[in-house]
Amino acid sequence: MATLTLENVKKTFGKTEVIHGVDIDVADGEFIVIVGPSGCGKSTLLRMVAGLESVSEGEVRINGARVNEKEPMERDIAMVFQNYALYPHMSVFDNMAYGLKIAKTPKPEIAERVAQAAKMLQLEPYLQRRPRELSGGQRQRVAMGRAIVRKPAVFLFDEPLSNLDAKLRVQMRLEIKQLQRELGVTALYVTHDQVEAMTLADRMIVMNGGRADQIGAPLEVYANPATDFVAGFIGSPPTNFLEASSLGIADGQQSRIGIRPEHMILTARGAGRLDGHVLYTEALGAETLVHVRSSAGDTLTIRQDGAAPTPPEGTDISVAWDETQQMFFDAEGRRS
Amino acid sequence: MEKRVKFKGILLPLLLVLPQLLVTAVFFFYPAGQAIWQSLFIPDPFGLSMRYVGLGNFEFLLSDPYYRASFVTTAVFSLLVTLVSMGVALYLAVLADRLIKGSGTYRTLLIWPYAVAPAVAGVLWLFMFNTRVGVVTWYLGLLGYDWNHVLNESEAMGLVVIASAWGRISYNFLFFLAGLQAIPRSVIEAAAIDGAHFWTRFRTIVFPLLSPTTFFLLVVNIVYAFFETFGVIHTITSGGPQQATTTLVYKVFADGFVGQDLGSSAAQSVILLVVVGALTIVQFKFIERRVHY
Ligand SMILES: Nc1ncnc2c1ncn2[C@@H]1O[C@H](COP(=O)(O)OP(=O)(O)OP(=O)(O)O)[C@@H](O)[C@H]1O
Ligand SMILES: [Mg+2]
Repeated sequence: MATLTLENVKKTFGKTEVIHGVDIDVADGEFIVIVGPSGCGKSTLLRMVAGLESVSEGEVRINGARVNEKEPMERDIAMVFQNYALYPHMSVFDNMAYGLKIAKTPKPEIAERVAQAAKMLQLEPYLQRRPRELSGGQRQRVAMGRAIVRKPAVFLFDEPLSNLDAKLRVQMRLEIKQLQRELGVTALYVTHDQVEAMTLADRMIVMNGGRADQIGAPLEVYANPATDFVAGFIGSPPTNFLEASSLGIADGQQSRIGIRPEHMILTARGAGRLDGHVLYTEALGAETLVHVRSSAGDTLTIRQDGAAPTPPEGTDISVAWDETQQMFFDAEGRRS
Repeated sequence: MEKRVKFKGILLPLLLVLPQLLVTAVFFFYPAGQAIWQSLFIPDPFGLSMRYVGLGNFEFLLSDPYYRASFVTTAVFSLLVTLVSMGVALYLAVLADRLIKGSGTYRTLLIWPYAVAPAVAGVLWLFMFNTRVGVVTWYLGLLGYDWNHVLNESEAMGLVVIASAWGRISYNFLFFLAGLQAIPRSVIEAAAIDGAHFWTRFRTIVFPLLSPTTFFLLVVNIVYAFFETFGVIHTITSGGPQQATTTLVYKVFADGFVGQDLGSSAAQSVILLVVVGALTIVQFKFIERRVHY
């Protein structure tokens, strides 16, 4: 149980700055997801919290106490790695017990805590196996087990599900969320998958090139993106962007307009705000994505109900939307 | 699935391995057979006739205190060379593994000694420890230590051990470094987060994960210390003083070529042959189950 605070945290490798100052206050028991494209500095930020990477500038506090100079073992954290990082020469039991043994926990207590974690993670039949004798999902659970037996103050996850297949990923996602609720532990979770971010997070940090573009609850971020990057990154398919000038509503402040695919509808030629023709359609069952090329040359995606009639490719149509759904961005990409 | 080319008939495969078979026959089976044959005879002092003695040469050898002492000397020597060269190599590899900048230079420099021939290495160390003009001897003298490996048996042993181990450090270093770098970084980091400090991590994670490498090097180094250190011993001590550095291989040479006791020398070669055989079996057994975790 702990709070975690990052204050203007920066990281430089040699002369290149890769994290340009991140601030966040994480409440006790909160699940925070760091999401962003590859190379934006998610892992680096997490590793600074873990103590595996030095903090170049700013401060990291756990429970209000500065931990910048502390070794990883002194920070009361646990981490689940992308490749699980299990000890290959130890049994599942020993993998989970390793940290407790080092902490000189009495043997009966070690046995009890490992048994408890194994039960929670359905690992009981595998306790005597070596990691290489387990499936990917089971290894993932062992990595989780190793983290929970130590009852850390903060849980750190670095893309823990990215090596699993799609179905298992959905299942493990639920399990992680349940586990975190049950244990009530503060968690910091890195992913580049925005669905994972949306489903897991109490609040999420959307990172872009070493900056936190926006921090907020998933639905709030979705409904109210702070930058065009966030609008484009969160949500699938991404937000459609149009030049304000092409719609004749530019007034100097507003350079681009973003509209989510589900907020656009197809109308008969001439009845909408923008003319175009259907490029192609993707029927996904519950919904259909219609890709439209406007007369100005922009490509737009419209999401409509799977039951709605789909115009054939090449049909001339118009696109309409409600004015209140327009999101305005200035030249720097910020909301205006 | 393993892909295999299947040959029909026996002629082509035989033809393909023939060169190797010939080399083995000429340079191994022929001399080995000759050694076994010779070990059953004692030639007269002028080399004109040979007297059949059966296993007499072996009986004599095994009851010869000098030969048994040579066994002990070889064991001590091999063990020390292996321990010193592997210990130093592991230490340097751990340091190089942690290095981020300049590790290339460091590695290159450490590999150089491997290129030095054993006899040359022997001469180098002999110069440094020469009892009259050696640099190290002189400094030791300043410290009040009177170095004389020509008279002192343990100093002689120490010197041949150092000279033999020195050239091996590079070889062992390369294997250890490769072994260390094959350990995923995140496993070490996970252990650090689990609370293990450097030494605990080394003991419980790094060293166990290195054990296949370590075992391989152990066998290779013992074989090296047994058979390939002749040049070093010959140039530095010639087996002395009082046979204190006469290993089994050196004794084959000393008794056969210097002492001209060809029967005994041949018998010693046969015994060595058996030892190599045993070591090879150990090595093969190990290679079969190389990855033990
Ligand atoms: N040890 C290092 N030395 C120099 N630059 C580094 C180092 N580690 C990371 N970087 C750089 O820092 C930036 C952020 O890397 P980081 O690993 O945090 O990205 P990420 O967001 O986790 O990406 P991914 O989703 O691909 O894992 C990258 O541009 C990377 O090249
Ligand atoms: Mg990463």
